[in-house]
Amino acid sequence: MNNQHLRKLLRPFFKRTSAVIGLAIVLFLVIVALLGPELAGNDPAKQFYDHMLEGPSRLFPLGTDQLGRDILSRLLNGAHLSLAVAAAGVVAGAVLGIPLGLTAGYFGGWWDAFVMRVMDVLLAFPGILLAIGIIAILGPGLTNVMIAIAVFGVPQFARLVRGSTLQVKSLDFVQAAHAQGAGAVRILAKHVLPNVLAPIVVMATLRTAQAILIASSLSFLGLGATPPSPEWGSMLADGRAYIETFPHVAAFPGIAIFLTVLGFNLLGDGLNDMLDPRLRRNL
Amino acid sequence: MLRFIGKRLVQLIPTLLGVSLVIFLFVRMIPGDPARLIAGMGATAQDIALVREDLGLDRPAVQQYFSYMGKAFTGDFGKSMRTRLPVTQEIGTRFMPTVKLAVVSMIVAIALGLLAGVVAAIKRNSWLDYLSMTGALIGVSMPSFWLALMLMYLFAVKWHLLPTFGSDSWKSYVMPAVTLGVGAAASIARFTRAAMLEVLGQDFVRTARAKGLQESRVNLRHALRNALIPVLTITGLQFGFLLGGTVVVESVFAWNGIGRLLVDAVEARDYPVIQTLMLVFSLQFVLINLVVDLLYGLIDPRISYE
Repeated sequence: MNNQHLRKLLRPFFKRTSAVIGLAIVLFLVIVALLGPELAGNDPAKQFYDHMLEGPSRLFPLGTDQLGRDILSRLLNGAHLSLAVAAAGVVAGAVLGIPLGLTAGYFGGWWDAFVMRVMDVLLAFPGILLAIGIIAILGPGLTNVMIAIAVFGVPQFARLVRGSTLQVKSLDFVQAAHAQGAGAVRILAKHVLPNVLAPIVVMATLRTAQAILIASSLSFLGLGATPPSPEWGSMLADGRAYIETFPHVAAFPGIAIFLTVLGFNLLGDGLNDMLDPRLRRNL
Repeated sequence: MLRFIGKRLVQLIPTLLGVSLVIFLFVRMIPGDPARLIAGMGATAQDIALVREDLGLDRPAVQQYFSYMGKAFTGDFGKSMRTRLPVTQEIGTRFMPTVKLAVVSMIVAIALGLLAGVVAAIKRNSWLDYLSMTGALIGVSMPSFWLALMLMYLFAVKWHLLPTFGSDSWKSYVMPAVTLGVGAAASIARFTRAAMLEVLGQDFVRTARAKGLQESRVNLRHALRNALIPVLTITGLQFGFLLGGTVVVESVFAWNGIGRLLVDAVEARDYPVIQTLMLVFSLQFVLINLVVDLLYGLIDPRISYE
């Protein structure tokens, strides 16, 4: 792809202020996740016994929690947990779901019917419920939350990729590759996959937003990260008991989750605009 | 119509069989010895053997499945590990509060979502459009448990306008219903706007305007009615997410429904209750989507049931 093409492709993305804001938020978060421990002024587990449940001050810009821990340091240290669990879960879901969707769409027949019925079954457990069911089997913990997010994502990726594969497989260049004697694996990997990547990228970005919400919800319910982990959902759960007297303990982790989800949603919408011109005017 | 309902119900059979298989396999997928885990810490070998027999884990898997299904059809889902009460009794008392909350939340979501979406589309690129769509974006990005806590702080603790928990009066529905409804409203608003914009650009809308019809009549009778099909689909899906959301919201507002019961059951590893609740939630979701399919024909007479 030459420079002119790339510029043409990127223009709708950068023309939209909200998409640029989303990209900036996500990049900022990635930097915080990578450098969090260095940026944090204090150890996230260190307890300042003389400063319990204090509001924002110069010493503690976002205040302290019920054990006298620095909320800002905990948020900075927890960023990589929230991001890594969501991103790893979404990637794992995509890695499992994409081949299923590709093969179901390309081969059709009984394999397609079988895969899609299994996906229908997984989709029959709405929203967070499938994740809760998986946690009920595997037990609480962040690794299991990641597995739950992955399983949750498989049917969504499989369905999306199957639909796109059905459209692409009848196009001339795929037929030509087939006529030249290319095998199914080669056709799927070299010709079909690159042409269905755009919706996959959009979906992965939007699913990351959803995965962050699911992971933090599970931690909030006590089914994800366990104390004293500075995972944002579990920090919010800690603050719940003090909502009447010290709302800042719950407010700041909530704002962090909200901004992160907002960033991924804005970025996903922007990518959607860039990669799917049909939707550009309406959504 | 009846034939269509019958056909759709038959089509549901593979999905429902799959759901029942997943739920049956549920306990069997627990790593290690499920009977030991379910019997709990400090259980004797005799207790474990009893659990194994109770769940039928000592029999061949196929036989176990048919026995489970046979019992399920007669409404026997076993006993709660915690309370020793029949699971149906445990769930029975908690079912209606969740349904009531979900329905009220959905009404809030549809009212807010349709209004914001229609206004945004009609007043495209105006401040009302930007306000609605910014609101919708905030709505989809907001963690429900955080919104719940912040509403609680403002409306219950600070201003004493609404009760923190309970479900006795209409006032106690406000915060849980808004918390649950906001996310669904946001998605409905975005889809309504997109669908309305698509319809507003079509020829029959121009014809309606050319006939001299009032703008409100063009927008509501001609445009909105035609935009409703995609909106209805997303509304059905959102209802499913909303049901899932009851798990979180009921826990925050101490709502005595099946969402909170599920969290309590997971914490206590009460597998018979978890299994049955998963079944109840998925059945509700599948049936809602069936109702949505049936509503298509009412909204758009071009869609045939044959």
